[in-house]
Formats: sequence, C-alpha cells, structure tokens
Amino acid sequence: MRTSASTFADGVDLSLYIITGISLFFLLGITIVMLFFVFRYNKKRNPVASNIEGDHRLEIIWTAIPTILVMVMFYFGWIGYKPMRQVPDGAMEINAYAQMWKFSFEYPDGRITDTLVVPIGKPVKLNLISRDVLHSFFVPAFRIKEDMVPGKNNFMWFEATQEGRFDVLCAEYCGQLHSYMLSSVTVVSESAYQNWLTTVSSITDEHPGLTLLKQNACLTCHSQDGSKIIGPSFKGIYGKSEIVETDGKDREIVIDDEYLIRSIRQPNADIVKGYMKGLMIAYDNITDEQIKDIIDYIKTLE
Amino acid sequence: MATATANINFFQARKGLFSWIFSVDHKRIGLLYLYSLMTFFLVGVTLGLLMRYELLNPGKDLVEAQTYNQIFTLHGVIMIFLFIIPSIPAVFGNFFLPIMLGTDDVSFPRLNLLSWWIYIIGAIMALSTLVFGDGPADTGWTFYAPYSVNTTTNVSMSVLAAFVLGFSSILTGLNFIVTIHRLRTPGMTFLKMPLFAWSLYATSWIQLLATPIIGITLLMIVAERALGVGLFDPSIGGDPILYQHLFWIYSHPAVYIMALPAFGVISELLPTFSQRTIFGYKAIAFSSLAIAFVGYFIWGHHMFTSGMSGTARIIFSILTFFVAIPTAIKVFNWVATLYKGSINVQPPLLYALAFIFQFMIGGFTGLILGALATDIHLHDTYFVVGHFHYVMFGGTGFAFFGALHYWYPKIWGRMYNVKVANIAFTIFFIGFNMLYFPMLIAGLMGMPRRYYDYLPEFHLPNMISTYGSWVLAVGLLLMLGNLIAGFYKGKRGVGRNPWGGITLEWQTLSPPPVQNFDRMPEIPKNGPYDYENKPIIKE
Repeated sequence: MRTSASTFADGVDLSLYIITGISLFFLLGITIVMLFFVFRYNKKRNPVASNIEGDHRLEIIWTAIPTILVMVMFYFGWIGYKPMRQVPDGAMEINAYAQMWKFSFEYPDGRITDTLVVPIGKPVKLNLISRDVLHSFFVPAFRIKEDMVPGKNNFMWFEATQEGRFDVLCAEYCGQLHSYMLSSVTVVSESAYQNWLTTVSSITDEHPGLTLLKQNACLTCHSQDGSKIIGPSFKGIYGKSEIVETDGKDREIVIDDEYLIRSIRQPNADIVKGYMKGLMIAYDNITDEQIKDIIDYIKTLE
Repeated sequence: MATATANINFFQARKGLFSWIFSVDHKRIGLLYLYSLMTFFLVGVTLGLLMRYELLNPGKDLVEAQTYNQIFTLHGVIMIFLFIIPSIPAVFGNFFLPIMLGTDDVSFPRLNLLSWWIYIIGAIMALSTLVFGDGPADTGWTFYAPYSVNTTTNVSMSVLAAFVLGFSSILTGLNFIVTIHRLRTPGMTFLKMPLFAWSLYATSWIQLLATPIIGITLLMIVAERALGVGLFDPSIGGDPILYQHLFWIYSHPAVYIMALPAFGVISELLPTFSQRTIFGYKAIAFSSLAIAFVGYFIWGHHMFTSGMSGTARIIFSILTFFVAIPTAIKVFNWVATLYKGSINVQPPLLYALAFIFQFMIGGFTGLILGALATDIHLHDTYFVVGHFHYVMFGGTGFAFFGALHYWYPKIWGRMYNVKVANIAFTIFFIGFNMLYFPMLIAGLMGMPRRYYDYLPEFHLPNMISTYGSWVLAVGLLLMLGNLIAGFYKGKRGVGRNPWGGITLEWQTLSPPPVQNFDRMPEIPKNGPYDYENKPIIKE
C-alpha cells in the first residue's frame, strides 16, 4: 500500500486488511478443498459416486457464518468511513474548483492557486465545485475521494499527518485529457504555512491577463506557442482572419475584441473550422475588465 | 414421434442462408446468436488488446487520447450490450431451455426470431458510429451526464442502439418466463427443473422488469441532446445525479442478468462431471431468486462518492453485503457437489473450476468495494476494472466457454480435440489472471480508471497486464481454432450422451432432431440430478 498521510488512512486500511484477510482465508480454503476433492474423488480413485442430496445443518452453517462475517465487514467499512463526513468545527475552508482539465484552489484570502498547500495537523474542508462536467477529487495518500458535480456543491475534509507532496488525481472520467487532470497537495509545517501565506504571490510581475488565463484553465486547451491542443492557439490570433461556423454556416471573420468577448461568453456561437463544438464552457465569472486584460495579453503574443 | 422425418437433425432440415436467418427453430436461433455474439466478442477483444497496448508504457504508444477514449467506450458498449448481456441466455438458453423442459420450442418462436433481428439492428446501429457522425461516443459505456449531453461525438446513436438492444433482451426474457410456466413436459414440476432453467427464470424476470428503466433513461439523454430538454445537465436545469440513479437502477440488476445464467451453467457442469446429484438443489435454485430480488436494491453502491447523503450510502452498503450471502451459499454447494463424486476431469469441468476460483476473487473484491471506507479510496480506480472483469469475464465469460465445450457434441454431433482444448484452457487461464490481477494492484496504488496515460509509479502493473493480454489472446485463438477445426474434422458418432449427463438434452440425438426428441424423454423420479435412478439411454 502507498503512503498514508491523513487521519483517515488507518481506518480505511484497517477495513481493507480485515476484509482482505477474511477473503483470502476463504479463497485459499475453498480453492484447496475444491482441488483436493477433484484429486481425491477422481473417477480413477472413486469409480462410484455417492449421491448426497444436501444437508440442512450445513446449509444453515454456511448461511449463518457469511452473514456474520459480512456484517463485520460492513461495520469496519462504516466505522472507517464515518469520520469522513463529520467535519470538525473550525476547519479551514478552501474552495476547490474543477473544470476540463484543471483543478484550482481559492483560499479564504482570495488567492488562487493550481496546487494545494495545507498545514499539517489542521482540519481542512474543501468545498468541491465543478464548472462543467463531473470530476472527482482523489488523493490516494489521504484515502479520500469525492465527486465534483456541476450544480451541486459537495464537500470533503481531511487532516494531514505527514509532510510532503502528494498526488491529486481526477477520478471521474471528464473527457479527452482526463488522465492529465492532475494536481498536488503539499503538506507543510504550521510555520512554513504561515510563511507561505504572507509571501507575496510571485504572479504579481506577470501580465494580469496571463494570470487570468492560468486561473481559468484557458491554457489547458489553448497554447501560447502556436501548437494545437484542444482549441486554437493564442499565438498571433489577434487580427487574424479565420473561417468560423455560425449556426451551421461558414463565414469569414477577423479576430477582434468583439469576437474574443463572444468566444469567452458564448463559446459555441462561432466555431473555428477544424475545431470541436461543445468542449468549452461559458465563462460568466470573468468580468468585462478582466476580459480586457486578457485581450491585452493576447495582443502581445505575436 | 417415431417417424423417419423426426430423425432428421435441425441442420439438415432445410438449407440456405434464408432458412437460417428466418428460422423460427429455437436451436437455429441459438446458433444465430452464437455466431453473431462471437463476431462482436472478437471485435471487443481486439479493442481491449489495443487499449492494453496503449497502456504498455506511460505516454503515447499507439493512439491519441481522444481515440483511446472512444476505444474504451466502444469496448464497453460491445462487451456489455452485444456480448455479455445476451451471451448465455440467448445462445444456450435458446438452444437448451426447451429441450431441458422436454418441449419442442419456446412459447413464441416468431417473437424469438424477432428478438434476434432486433439484436442485429441494435448491433448495426452501435457499430455505425464508427462510420457515421462525429465518431463513436467518448463517454464510457455509462454515458454519464452532463459530459454525454455536451460531447460532439455520436452519443445519440450509441444510446439509441442500447435502447433497441434492450427490447431484444426484454422479449427474450418474456419468452423464457412464459415457456417455463407453460411448456414444461408433463411430470416436470418446477422443482424437477434443471438448475440452468431456474437461473434463466430468475434472469428473465430481471430482464423483463429492469430493462425498461434503462430504455427510458437513454431516451432522456437523446431528448436532452436533440431537443435541449433539461433533465441531467445542470446548465439547463437538470440533475446529473438523477442520471446516475436511473442508470444504475437498471445496470446493477443487469449485473445479475450477466451472472445468474453463468451460475446455472456451473450447476449443470458440476453434477455431470462428478456423476452425482447437485448438493443443495433447493438452496441453489432459491438463492438465484434471492440474488435477483436483493440485486434491485443495491444500485447505490456505484455512487458512494457521488455526493449522495451519508445515510443513503450506509443503507446501500449494508444491502450490498446481503447479496453476498446467497452467492456464498451457491459457492459452498458447488464445492460440496464435488464431495464423494466420481470426477471426470474434462475441458468443461476445468472451465467450471476456473469459474469458481475467479468468481470468488470477483466476489471478494466486490466486498472490498461494498464497504464504505475502502470504496471511497478504490472507487473509479483500476481496482474496479479488475473486479468487474473477474466477475464478468472470469465468471460469466469462463462459464460461457465452459458451456460451449460442454454442449458442443450435443449441438454439432462431433467432438473437438480434448487435448488441445485442455492446453488452450491452461493458456487462457494464465493469461486471464496475468491480465486482470495487476489491475487490482494498480487500483490499490491509486490509479484511476479510464486513463489514457498514467504516472510512472503505475508502470509495472500495467506492463504485466499488457503481457497478460497477449497470453490470453493466444489461449483464446487456440481455443476457438480448436472448436472451429472440430466442425470439420472432429470425431463423429459422439452418441446421445458423451459426458454421462442426466438432464433431458442427453436423451435425444446429437445433433437433436427438428422436433427435439425422437422418443419421449424419461424424467428422473427424484429430481433432475437423481443419478441413482438415472434413466438408461439406448442409442
């Protein structure tokens, strides 16, 4: 088994060992008995079979024993799971966002990050929000997973017990780049966490437009170097003429402010030829001001 | 019935393609299903091998991510809807249910033919997505909304195909229920029916009652895609969790549509090759009904991480454990059937023993997934993929091939090469476990399913699994090659009862005559596996 780095890990692993232990005992036991019978009562050794129709006592025994055992298994599964849904009071709340194909995290102070940084030994509650389709927030080292469902805000919580960097994976199929939808959670000491909180975010010297592109996962699908990922590259896009499909008809347009705004607000209105419809969500959360910053930045990518 | 024409076997009766594809003879329809199912199965296997090849190493090995996603969707759709759901009932149920009941056909022979035609139309629709529209669906066979509502691939045609295929399943179920109630030969009471018939009876009720739910659910997807009705997509007012509930209300009972007939096959193979009565006939018969019943109330265990309420998760978990009990009863009774038997180790028995071993692994991993704490960690990982392949392929798939080796001499009146069949079985068995066991390990390590690419730490189990897929393919080809060679070169004159079986199909000619029996079958006095009073069968 992999590293265990949360308070849930012991409960999950205990129920895993108990169920696996009981199962292995029966798997091996039944298999050995079965093979022994095939050997012992082979027609060469036992040319005449005995016709045994059944045995009520045995039927009762092998109904009762599995009943007891599965209830034991259920019990440990339940006990290991129970704390996962009971968030302690005073847990630190972080919003976790998912969209094709990127996680992002919003801290109480408003900072937005691609990866999660949390202090050790402190309960952290994640509000799970999906902006498009189903995703699932999975941290194997913490033994936690919960789906991120659009229109329905789920939650999860955890308390890390070990410092280090742990993988976050998307566990619910979400389209083309599902397997690349990765992030990480870094567990640090309380002092290091406070330090991290006060450091000035390094993204301030970045063009604000680039910051917005990163925060909104635009760059997952639109490259800055001319390569084609899912959508058209931003490089040299401003002022370019393109053939787009509008309401099923092709028309030629020049990419300008108006076009870019429409592409963010109503991404399926005009689709550049050679690209697929329906993959991008409408970004209503980005303000007009912010769109201006984005357009300014795109203009610099010549 | 002792006229000369009664002895013409069903192959000789009429010739030509039309005499097959418009035949209302249940035996011919069973074989139509066999040939079409095997064709789609091989397509599904090929897609599976491509997936395994892609996952041999991290990064791209063969195809792009989008293509991979379409491949695993089509693999799932073909294997679930075109192979494993119809498999044993449509082939062996059609062929042997009427014979085992001592009658000459199913209740509605024309409806039976229609079911096959519906199946073929559905299959053509499913495969047409390869050619028409914007490519096959890339949603996974579960068609989860809202992705399935938004993607541009040809989801509508795929779900319509599954909708159409549902009717084939419903009508077959209906036909079997009526046949079992109305057409048992005089003297064959319910408790004298072979266990294969019992398992088909339980299965048929699920087919009849659960399939309409998936039908309407899939139509709702089409309505949402085509007309913009907000049902499942929250951006137009729908609820994605509603879709999951509706989908699994059918698709969990459907697991028993796939598994129960396999239990029936195993319950036939063990008495025949042990030459003794089945242990606990009633326990096995009624546990099928219990599984079919409890199976309706546990669908929520597919949704433990969906955000369903904590109470619902606990209830679904406890109910899930209840279904393990009748399943355990079956396993114990099967193993007890070997006790003091006179065991003849032949290819069909090997498949039955492998079935018990692999089905246990499938069942035990199911317990791990049924427990809440462990499921939270393992949900939607490769552990689940390994688990359901152990149940579906290691279980039902092996039972299907066991049944094929068992009834082969009865159907074709020839015998395959037993030595080659044993070798093929061994390779197939090793390949199967090499292919799927590492998936359980990858899942425990935390590798999510439906992954085109993976982190380097998952490399080893993926590599072993891919090598296993090649071993399995060799075993499968050898097995099928041996069976096909048997059609042409297999030894003739297998007689009526090459394995010493006791159910009624072994009292008639091989292959059976058009009317199934050349003389009245004799029903054993004390139940269907009464080897002490086994009727003496003259050639």
